[in-house]
Amino acid sequence: MRAFRTGRTPPRVGDGPFFRRALIGAVLIVGAFLILAPLLIIGVEAFAKGWQVYRDTILHPDTRHAIMLTVLAALIAVPVNTAFGVAAAWAITKFDFRGKAFLLVVIEIPFSVSPIVAGVAYLFVYGLQGLFGPTLDAYGIKILFAIPGIVLASMFVTAPFVARELIPLMQAQGRDLEEAAASLGASGWRTFFSVTLPNIKWALLYGVVLCNARVMGEFGAVSVVSGNIRGQTNTLPLHIELLYHDYQAAGAFASASILALIAVFTIIAKVALERQGAGRVRQAANPAENAS
Amino acid sequence: MRRNVLPGLRLSLGVTLLYVSLIVVLPLAALVFKAASLGLGDYWQIVSSPRALASYRVTVLAALGATLFNLVFGLALAWVLVRYRFPGRRIVDAMVDLPFALPTAVAGIALTALFTSNGVFGSILSDVGIKVAYTPLGIMIAMCFTSLPFIVRTVQPVLEDLDPALEEAAQSLGGSDGAIFRKVILPLLTPALLAGVSLSFARSLGEFGAIIFIAGNQPMSTEITALLIFIRLEEYDYQAAAAIASVLLLAAFLMLAVTNWLQARALRYTVRN
Repeated sequence: MRAFRTGRTPPRVGDGPFFRRALIGAVLIVGAFLILAPLLIIGVEAFAKGWQVYRDTILHPDTRHAIMLTVLAALIAVPVNTAFGVAAAWAITKFDFRGKAFLLVVIEIPFSVSPIVAGVAYLFVYGLQGLFGPTLDAYGIKILFAIPGIVLASMFVTAPFVARELIPLMQAQGRDLEEAAASLGASGWRTFFSVTLPNIKWALLYGVVLCNARVMGEFGAVSVVSGNIRGQTNTLPLHIELLYHDYQAAGAFASASILALIAVFTIIAKVALERQGAGRVRQAANPAENAS
Repeated sequence: MRRNVLPGLRLSLGVTLLYVSLIVVLPLAALVFKAASLGLGDYWQIVSSPRALASYRVTVLAALGATLFNLVFGLALAWVLVRYRFPGRRIVDAMVDLPFALPTAVAGIALTALFTSNGVFGSILSDVGIKVAYTPLGIMIAMCFTSLPFIVRTVQPVLEDLDPALEEAAQSLGGSDGAIFRKVILPLLTPALLAGVSLSFARSLGEFGAIIFIAGNQPMSTEITALLIFIRLEEYDYQAAAAIASVLLLAAFLMLAVTNWLQARALRYTVRN
């Protein structure tokens, strides 16, 4: 009643000043312990032995090789995944076919599968005890314990990343614009690049950013298929583990600081893209998408 | 039925099916095939060995603990982010995604550094007799970290869309804040909370990188199932690795089914209203 008289919004549940302050305080304290502290400790430990040790670790040939391999894996896996995500979203949102709901579930499977299980699964395809391993070995093709294995495992764990951003958005946008373009004589590619792409560019970039972060940081799946050969098949996360178990904590944290920096940039990019509207539709449409 | 004038079905669906088959289905099928080649007796012996059972126990219990913690903390965090305005709210909102963005190995060594007995938190906790690093509690904390965003991010949009009129109606009928939260708000959040819980639990069951640094990895006590698979591989016992991995895969499929069912139910609920 006081709300009607003053014209101010009424106090909602939990808006009492004491409860409000106590809850904000409690959440911020726990959050600082659980989320902020791990991020800060990386910086502290990375420079624990001084700037010189930090510099030496980053410039060490093994670290540089690990950085290069990580970037290389991302340069292959991310574009391939992006192409897959766009193709899957186009097929699923622009056409009707049987088994669509099932296809959606299959695309989402890698989210639920443990990265270790993914790595083991690849071992049984391309390893010597796997399906194609002996044949590949006879032709001298190396997939496991080499770069192709690392890229394949990364592609598995990130398979849904781009598709799940695009599908709900393109579903919400419908087919009218594309159908108009096509009926006016535009080719499929022209329709996609001039009509669809401008409407999905932020969501696409959003998916690419998240996919890239996961590829660069993947540990479990890659550690099974990489063979962990120092200076050869070590990505940055594996390099961190190696240094850590070698009792070179400062070196491990120095290498970790690179990945932490990438994580922070990923979050900044994510926030910037959300301001453009990316990621919104997914949240709203998520239940619908899974139930369709 | 309307004729579809859009081109590209064959190309886009072809690429999609090829990619999904080669990258997702083929490896998982190979794993199941390998596990199935064991024969029921051998398979059962491996997946029900005492060491495997102990690994399921610690993994499931730690995942339950972590999910319960995140249910409470995640709900509180989502509530604070949606309902209150305070300086730094946007930064806190962005930081919620850190566990997803930070590589698990990095999270693992960071948490270990904090919680070992000479770490910042570990030294204080060991003074009061609590050991975190190299105990099941450490496993739980690593799981709390990696699965935190799930519940926050599933509850947040529902909380944002909550109709204030419902609360006002309850308030005008004289309900206390506590009663309104329990009887009006919580039931509306339940589908989203359950979806977040199942995602968070599934993620915790499969987590590896963040845990192995802080866990201690002692067989029978602090060895998670994902690590046991890894150890069997290093021993070149591929059959055992396949068998135990198939258990984890089955658990993942079960959780996927539960999540989809919960989300379908949540949808029915919103449509009806």
